[in-house]
Amino acid sequence: MTTETTRTDGASRTQGDRPASGTDALHPAWDGFVSGPWQDHVDVRDFIQRNYTPYEGDAAFLAGPTARTTHVWGTLSAMFPEEREKGVYDVDPHTPAGITAHAPGYIDKDAELIVGLQTDAPLKRAIMPNGGWRMVETSLETYGYEVDPVLRETFSKHRKTHNQGVFDAYPPAVRAARSSHLITGLPDAYGRGRIIGDYRRVALYGVDALIEAKELDKLSLDTRPFSEEVVRAREEHAEQLRALAELKEMAASYGYDISRPAVTAREAVQWLYFAYLGAVKEQNGAAMSLGRTSTFLDVYLQRDLVAGRLTEEQAQELVDDFVIKLRIVRFLRTPEYDALFSGDPTWVTETIGGMGDDGRTLVTRTSFRYLQTLYNLGPAPEPNLTVFWSADLPRGFKDFCAQVSIDTSAVQYESDAQIRAAWGDDAAIACCVSPMAVGKQMQFFGARVNLAKALLYAINGGRDEVSGKQVSPAFPPVEPGRALDYDDVRARLDTTMDWLAATYVEALNVIHYMHDRYAYERLEMALHDRDVLRTMACGIAGLSVTADSLSAIRYATVTPVHDERGVVVDYVTEGAFPTYGNDDDRADANAVELVESFMSKIRKHRTYRDALPTQSVLTITSNVVYGKATGSTPDGRRAGEPFSPGANPMNGRDTHGMLASALSVAKLPYGEAQDGISLTSTVVPSGLGRTREEQVANLTGLLDASVGGDGYHLNVNVLNRETLLDAMEHPESYPQLTIRVSGYAVNFVRLTREQQLDVLSRTFHGAV
Amino acid sequence: MPETLTRSDTLARMRSGEVGSVHSWELVTAVDGPGTRLTTFLAGCPLRCLYCHNPDTLRMRDGELVTADDVLARVRRYLPVFRATGGGLTLSGGEVLMQPAFAARILRGAKELGVHTALDTSGYLGANLTDAMLADADLVLLDVKSGDADVYRWVTGRKLEPTLAFGRRLAAAVDGPEIWVRFVLVPGLTDDAANVERVAAYAASLNRIRPGAVSRVEVLPFHQMGRTKWAALGRPYALEATVPPSAELTERVRDQFRAHGLTTY
Repeated sequence: MTTETTRTDGASRTQGDRPASGTDALHPAWDGFVSGPWQDHVDVRDFIQRNYTPYEGDAAFLAGPTARTTHVWGTLSAMFPEEREKGVYDVDPHTPAGITAHAPGYIDKDAELIVGLQTDAPLKRAIMPNGGWRMVETSLETYGYEVDPVLRETFSKHRKTHNQGVFDAYPPAVRAARSSHLITGLPDAYGRGRIIGDYRRVALYGVDALIEAKELDKLSLDTRPFSEEVVRAREEHAEQLRALAELKEMAASYGYDISRPAVTAREAVQWLYFAYLGAVKEQNGAAMSLGRTSTFLDVYLQRDLVAGRLTEEQAQELVDDFVIKLRIVRFLRTPEYDALFSGDPTWVTETIGGMGDDGRTLVTRTSFRYLQTLYNLGPAPEPNLTVFWSADLPRGFKDFCAQVSIDTSAVQYESDAQIRAAWGDDAAIACCVSPMAVGKQMQFFGARVNLAKALLYAINGGRDEVSGKQVSPAFPPVEPGRALDYDDVRARLDTTMDWLAATYVEALNVIHYMHDRYAYERLEMALHDRDVLRTMACGIAGLSVTADSLSAIRYATVTPVHDERGVVVDYVTEGAFPTYGNDDDRADANAVELVESFMSKIRKHRTYRDALPTQSVLTITSNVVYGKATGSTPDGRRAGEPFSPGANPMNGRDTHGMLASALSVAKLPYGEAQDGISLTSTVVPSGLGRTREEQVANLTGLLDASVGGDGYHLNVNVLNRETLLDAMEHPESYPQLTIRVSGYAVNFVRLTREQQLDVLSRTFHGAV
Repeated sequence: MPETLTRSDTLARMRSGEVGSVHSWELVTAVDGPGTRLTTFLAGCPLRCLYCHNPDTLRMRDGELVTADDVLARVRRYLPVFRATGGGLTLSGGEVLMQPAFAARILRGAKELGVHTALDTSGYLGANLTDAMLADADLVLLDVKSGDADVYRWVTGRKLEPTLAFGRRLAAAVDGPEIWVRFVLVPGLTDDAANVERVAAYAASLNRIRPGAVSRVEVLPFHQMGRTKWAALGRPYALEATVPPSAELTERVRDQFRAHGLTTY
């Protein structure tokens, strides 16, 4: 077997292109499966396509939680209040993380069906110094743990970290843009994440077959003439092989031999989980997403159900136990990091549903079972359940999704058609909205630039409106006392964006060069093909503020107010102007044009490893922090006020209903923002209908009209403002209240007060 | 609207229904008819309801002049939305029947596009609704603000009878529109049991004219979200101190309707 693939563009899928090397006798683990090319080389998609059973029915077959499930979840739930109180439940400050670094750990050994923890005890966090020692040390000090002097010396003196590497190579322009919050959230002190190992491969093939395939891949590199690329690839393959060996060792410590393929459904879940666990034991990635596993596992569950080896209740139990594990993935991070990203996010994103290229739905019973965990265990932000929505999905599944959203607000939706057209029907979301073909594609995560601040720089001749410092190249600022001229400001912004794109790509090239060098994701990449498509995922924040500001300058009269330093710090805006989010082309065109323009500027620059440049319009909850660092803007937003999240229209300015708002956002072209466009909407339950049936039908209709149409993404909250207000006052009564923020779900009570207020200030769509 | 039009041109075009005065539009779900709807609020209303929550729509001159073609262009844009959600167009206000020619053109255009149509009206100007318009309306949201004529006059400043007559005409129409009767429950104003009883009996009587004509009744609890609008307009607001009805009161009133065999929310 081999994982080698032909490098192609993002629009077509890659396939293993080598015939079997004759080593694979058919394994008894594959009894009953339809044979095909997947048996000759690593090709999980082919396996799924030949073996899965689409499910067109409704949710009636689902089973509730067993006493065992309730007991295991209850054991953990009892620990959560202490964790919430202290910030972390426990930390192992002495053992640098690794696949085999910790002894086996259990929640309740006898009760668990699926085993494995990141460390030797539940909720105990590991330190992961390869990303950067400072983050580790700050976190330990914050939470009152001793800093191991040997480790400090090792990682500050003997072992260089990713963070050190980056700062060795950052040019001054990047440093200036970074410290002035123009370029923000860069993964230069933490793991970049957003790489999805194809964890399914471990279950389907067993680790030994994967090692064999990787060895062949490595062999193919040995004969190539020297170049830095070839040597790097050889070294990376050696690291991948080492990681696979450690993965077997880790599983063996729990008493499992995963060198062979999984035979039963329970083994398949366990094998897959071990693979994922290996990744989160070693990497503190910003997003550690799971991929697209439900329909894959359904093949195994279905085989055992049909053979009478499993009941529905037992099948659900396996899924519940797996999801319990996914809910307690933890990383040690600083409170500042958590403030930026809300709570304690891990983005264990799982992609569910969608349609196949052949027109069959990829919905299976296990797609339902994953969603059912939100009832059996109660709502939770993790795993980040993400449904690929299509108007063609079976009615029963659509209705169940809508019902789950109404009951839990814990599901997000993305456009199946747009993602499938770009990346194929075995793509999954990393983090919030970033799609990638599983095992064939990875991204260089690039956080985002603050576009609103760039506009202020354009007006101020490159000076920062808060510090007054010259950050971007100097040019004359606007004249005092004169109303801003649209053409002039737009031309200034264009120049500033040219510089910003160059500086930004430079920063990302340095970061990912160093990340590959010092914090390489060896296990996740071991579960990829040899030749992967890399994307350079740039991003923008403050889109709505910038678009509305341009609209204000064009349609109203905006006069700048200079301070004693000669810096414009405020604006007097007179007259009405159209705003983004009301399905009004006059304003929406600004947003479209900004997205297109910045993407075209990004594309002009050379990228590390020839990565394909992409862009996201996504902020998670960092819209609050970005807003804080940004002065007053011409749209009337005051200095320090939050931006709207992601691609959302500015809070309260989308006055023509949830769908009009979504249709404005849907005008942003996905082709110019292939890393995703995030929209979060909140609707009050009564805004969906008088009866339960009406509410389900109407939400289904809204999803069909938005993400089933031209929209890319919809995060749906169905809740009343009063619920949130009450939760702010009585957090203890709402331990599991989950709400969707930009591309992600959070425990509402774990947000900072500032973030809670931001959520409350957003538009609640609904009836009065 | 081209600015060169003279006032008399404009008036002529308004009379012909080419142009109307529109307050705003919104895509709403589940409140102004089934599915997701393009609700267009026309400006101008003959009533002066004490509890009006859209006092900014009362005067026709406060609206924006919009052509019927503009409204229909938007209807066309949202055809996929209507298809996906089982929705359609709702003409609301203000009072839609203040501008019957304008409404008629839009209703006709919408029907030509195959769109489900609804009129949200008090019925006070029901005489303005032509038979052609009646044929183009799939649903009428009939707002019966009180069952007692004196209370009606107190609440709205106008007579009750035109509304009652209009409802009977709707019910009597062959293949007439579906009717949703709406009743705004305001404590101390419309909540008297006898008053409610009259509205309920009236709604039930329509179903005797055409069985199934009134497919639902919506009891809308008074809310104070209009208060800021009254303040912004600088107009006196009589219900400054009124509180929304309790859940018990709302349920009692709904039960009064249900007792007449009406599907009530």
